[in-house]
Amino acid sequence: MDDAVLMGVSLLGATVRLATPLVLAALGGLYAERAGVADIGLEGKMLAAAFAAAAVAWVTDSPWLGLGAAMAVGVALGLLHAFACVVAHGNQVVSGMAINILAAGLAPTLASAWFHQGGQTPLLPASARFQPLVLPLSETLKDVPILGPFYRDVVGGHNLLVYGAALAIPLTAWILAHSRFGLRLRAVGENPEAVDTAGIAVARLRFCAMTLCGACCGAAGAYLSIAHGGGFIRDMTAGKGFLALAALIFGRWRPWSMLAACLLFAFADALQIRLQGVALPGLGQIPVQFVQMLPYLLTVLLLAGFAGRAVAPRALGRPFVKDR
Amino acid sequence: MGLNENGRAALIAVVLPALNLAIALVASAGVIVVAGENPVAALGALVRGAFGYPEAIGYTLYYATNFIFAGLAVSVAFQAGQFNIGGEGQATLGGLGAGLAILALGAVPWPVAALAGTAAAAGFGAVWAFLPGWLQARRGSHIVITTIMFNFIAAALMTWLMVDILIDPGQQAPESRIFPATTWLPSLQPALAGLGFDIGNAPLNLSFLLALLSCAAVQVLVWHSRSGYALRTVGQSETAARYGGISPGRTVIAAMMVSGALAGLVGVNEILGVQHRLLLNFTGGCGFVGIAVALMGRNRPVGVVLAALLFGALAQGGSELSFEFPALDRELVVVIQGLVILFAGALENLFRPGLEAWANPPRTAAPAAASGSDHG
Repeated sequence: MDDAVLMGVSLLGATVRLATPLVLAALGGLYAERAGVADIGLEGKMLAAAFAAAAVAWVTDSPWLGLGAAMAVGVALGLLHAFACVVAHGNQVVSGMAINILAAGLAPTLASAWFHQGGQTPLLPASARFQPLVLPLSETLKDVPILGPFYRDVVGGHNLLVYGAALAIPLTAWILAHSRFGLRLRAVGENPEAVDTAGIAVARLRFCAMTLCGACCGAAGAYLSIAHGGGFIRDMTAGKGFLALAALIFGRWRPWSMLAACLLFAFADALQIRLQGVALPGLGQIPVQFVQMLPYLLTVLLLAGFAGRAVAPRALGRPFVKDR
Repeated sequence: MGLNENGRAALIAVVLPALNLAIALVASAGVIVVAGENPVAALGALVRGAFGYPEAIGYTLYYATNFIFAGLAVSVAFQAGQFNIGGEGQATLGGLGAGLAILALGAVPWPVAALAGTAAAAGFGAVWAFLPGWLQARRGSHIVITTIMFNFIAAALMTWLMVDILIDPGQQAPESRIFPATTWLPSLQPALAGLGFDIGNAPLNLSFLLALLSCAAVQVLVWHSRSGYALRTVGQSETAARYGGISPGRTVIAAMMVSGALAGLVGVNEILGVQHRLLLNFTGGCGFVGIAVALMGRNRPVGVVLAALLFGALAQGGSELSFEFPALDRELVVVIQGLVILFAGALENLFRPGLEAWANPPRTAAPAAASGSDHG
């Protein structure tokens, strides 16, 4: 019994930790795509931000400055994407791809040149990282059956960015559903012509959306290198930006469903790590690769309408050209 | 300017990509400065590393072979209005097909192996592109997203096959057994050495000729055949295609299959020509470089060959560069690739209005906004 509780608690705690970067990056994608800007560059923004966070945190010994640098780099790349899509009317997929490839090259190139450790940053000391928080009363309550360990290791025991991501979801849901900015943002993703007719600048809204997108991706990258991890390593995003994109689509471009998708994908990942080499009754050993491809398969099935229907924002990926 | 309308358009078609490329190179030089090296010396070393001696040229052409296949794949889909960014997955499956064919056939003479391997590579690649094509045409799922997802599914599938099924027993690395030497695709080294041009150990092989052949085939198929006409019509306007009695759905699926088959041929070069065994990550990101190649080459076979040579030179020159300048990482090539995609692709029309104003008298200057729909 105790073992089962401990295992469950550790599995759920790992799920929360693995879901956080997905949630942050997917939130970025949500702002971009609800405003009608297709963004497949989440991965690149995360990677560049992860490097910036680790580099600045190493030099300044401050995780907060690292987080700030990561968000600044994310915003800069987000604005570059906005410039290409909104001002230059470029192809949004090409621009996103360019940012991914650029970041995949720049991060290890600059890391090699500045730190001479083969494309990594040095291992960060604890003072330069966001540390797990111990929630009040954790020790007092730890003997309460089930709830005690749950409180200590699933609700508590994470770093600040995890709680930041958890707060960002209801905040985003409220912004999109109720605030003036959020309503305009969604309108510009569905029907930019109408927004333009109402006298609101489409370009400005899309630049705002990409700023938020960049900031979220920046936080996601910082989480990887200075909170969850202890420094930047090559290709450390390892497709998480695309997994976040899948979660965004699987969550049908809605904050709460998107959170559920991120948690599902993260749970599959956490389970997969624990199932390695374990034979399940009746099934035998499940190859980890099948669990790894599950999120992508589910997203394809959903997009194909075999598992519900995902309707993208109507103006997604379409450049807006103002009539004169 | 003493040019007529067509002359100006042609001038812009040449000057604009050259200008964009030049800006990408200037930005790359900036990155080299930030990394603490001299950009002129570094770019000089890059050019020497790519073209300085016969073996370097052999390597450049070997890289270009992959990029021609991948670039053609993207352009064929583009002509049908589809953005295939699944080249990476299709190339992986193509290599798998080629490898499985040889593992099944055993020690056959190389022409048999080449034929069977090429057919299997093209077939596997086509099947992997058929699914996103079908999903786009019949279920309306966006091709960009499905091809991304299929890249990851292909990677997971390949890892499982290599780790659990095809691994050579007693091996640590997830690699199949080496193919019998009789099946290896002949190197171009002896033939070129006979002409007095010794490429040494460069892995340039017969698939380079297959790549050039594929260019000719795509030229004929897309621009000089009835189905090519259908394909381009669908790419320009689905409504017009339907009005003309062309089925857009079927055309999109067919275009995606041709595209996937071409991407699959990367597997012929890598698996049959170079590695002589199945292994992981042999594509080395060439599926993504293919997008840049297609963009630079304006989605035309001749343009694709030229752009593939450029990117082949970058790949080869870049790896030489990191030997000569220890401060520069091998990934600097990826930076340059990214900058080329950014300036020649995403920002390709940034300088068009200015250039048009320069080439045209102000009175007839074309509205800048109309040029944005080139790659819709």
